[in-house]
Amino acid sequence: MAILLNRVTKSYGSRRVVDDVTTSIDDGSLTVILGPSGSGKSTLLRLIAGLETLDSGTVAIDGQDVTFQDVRDRNIGFCFQHYAPFRHMTVAKNVGFGLKVRKQSRADIDRRVGELLEIVRLSDKANRYPSQLSGGERQRMALARALAIEPRVLLLDEPFGALDAQVRIELRSWLRDFHHRIPVTTIMVTHDQQEAMEVADQLIIMAEGAIQQTGDPRHIYASPSNEFVQGFLGPITNFGGVPVRPHDLEIRGANAPGEHAVVTAIQNFGFEVRVDLCTEHDTSCWVQLSTREAETLSLSVGDAVTVSVRHEPALMI
Amino acid sequence: MKRPTGLRVVVLAYLGVIVALPVGYLIYRAFSKGFSSFMSQVTQPGAVHALVLSLEVAAIAVPLNTIVGVGAALLFARHRFWGHRVLDLCFDIPVAVSPVIIGVALVLAYSKIGWWGSWLATQGISVLFSVTGIVLATTAVSLPYVLRSTLPVLLESGTDQEEAARTLGSGPLRTFWYITLPVIRWGVLYGVVLTLARTLGEFGAVVVVSGNISGLTQTLPIYIYDSWDQNYNAQASFDNALILAAIAVVALVVLGILRSKERNHRGDLA
Repeated sequence: MAILLNRVTKSYGSRRVVDDVTTSIDDGSLTVILGPSGSGKSTLLRLIAGLETLDSGTVAIDGQDVTFQDVRDRNIGFCFQHYAPFRHMTVAKNVGFGLKVRKQSRADIDRRVGELLEIVRLSDKANRYPSQLSGGERQRMALARALAIEPRVLLLDEPFGALDAQVRIELRSWLRDFHHRIPVTTIMVTHDQQEAMEVADQLIIMAEGAIQQTGDPRHIYASPSNEFVQGFLGPITNFGGVPVRPHDLEIRGANAPGEHAVVTAIQNFGFEVRVDLCTEHDTSCWVQLSTREAETLSLSVGDAVTVSVRHEPALMI
Repeated sequence: MKRPTGLRVVVLAYLGVIVALPVGYLIYRAFSKGFSSFMSQVTQPGAVHALVLSLEVAAIAVPLNTIVGVGAALLFARHRFWGHRVLDLCFDIPVAVSPVIIGVALVLAYSKIGWWGSWLATQGISVLFSVTGIVLATTAVSLPYVLRSTLPVLLESGTDQEEAARTLGSGPLRTFWYITLPVIRWGVLYGVVLTLARTLGEFGAVVVVSGNISGLTQTLPIYIYDSWDQNYNAQASFDNALILAAIAVVALVVLGILRSKERNHRGDLA
């Protein structure tokens, strides 16, 4: 179901948390709202869910104005940042809660809960309590609970924020795959740009309560609309007074064309190498090289080199 | 791990002097003349009447303060409104001031010398020297226990689970019954046990309003004091004091057992 936000505004006291936001979210898409903490992204998600009330503006889901509809009537699946498991209920009871509210028969609930636990791979944990699950399992239980009511829209608030790096990466690709199978319109909020780039069909970048840019993640990465977006989506360095991606710079021998520079530091991260340079105009910049490139160049601190923008930038606009 | 031996000795000695020795001696004296003597003292008509009255008063005051306490805890935890701090403070006044003051204040307000006393009398309601007055005094002095034991649990548990229930379509009553209440129940039950202990044991406020009419408005604590002070029947006071203490202690122990059972079952802290 498509979602339309029109001039949505919300303040807490004198602080405007969401400031005149207008955007649309495509039916069946996996949209990621990306922004630093305090950018208003979680509040925007809660406004869509109906967990907060708007000061002004409208929210429409599938063409229906839901601005004044109570959260319990919106039929929205919401996953909370810390999963909000019902701690006194088993996994199966948690997942079946929304169905019980809808007065479905015991047999129907059992069947549907069984299916959902299968999908989120928790069938063997049906009778456990949330405290007996790992973080990733709790997250999947929360997802199954939200999906049980066959929501029009699925909203995920920092779904992987509280998990280990390894589990995050696993769940990320699991979520992508899952969304392919069950293409319910999904909005996910995160502050992690890598996560956003990996998961999103559509990206919304927020800062200070306002939308900075929306669109295809690769497009936004290649042509950011302002310096904030450019800096937030990936590292930037200053070359000749212009902000560029450090992987769009190239290091060559001292006699090659380009700006002369001296290597001031080398950091090897294993999968990539960061080289700090001091250019002839006495400005510093840094270049991101693949490990193989770095090996070919076999640089060491103090080497004289030239630096230039790559002829073929890594990403075309 | 370092053993805090010194600290342990201090705590044990302190508890020994203040609790264990006096209560232990009370138990010893209660049974010192044999079990049949004990039984005859606690089955005296006056003692039985006092016990029944105390239980009746508790049966009204405890549910009343439980409902009010849980309601107030929800109000304070989930809503910020003008004057909530003052209201919150008001709940502590009945236990902060001496019970005698509560008793005197109730008599002042609701007897014939008070503003509403005459009107109440025409309605057939008398507060002074009556069971109504005892219930009122007891309810007043046991007011904040459920609130105080529930509010921190409610604040600590946050609103996530309640919000999750709402997104799943649950209305306020269902959310309270199936989500909020299970979260706070141990806090509430602990408050209920404390309220029960206080209602059964209240002396000061009750003695002022009740008029201490033997066989009519005498609660068990007053009967115990009366036996000791007026009737020179120390044995009756020992034996009935034991009954009174036992009820509260049993309630505490039962709560503890129930809670540890559930904790073992679920493998976490409720």
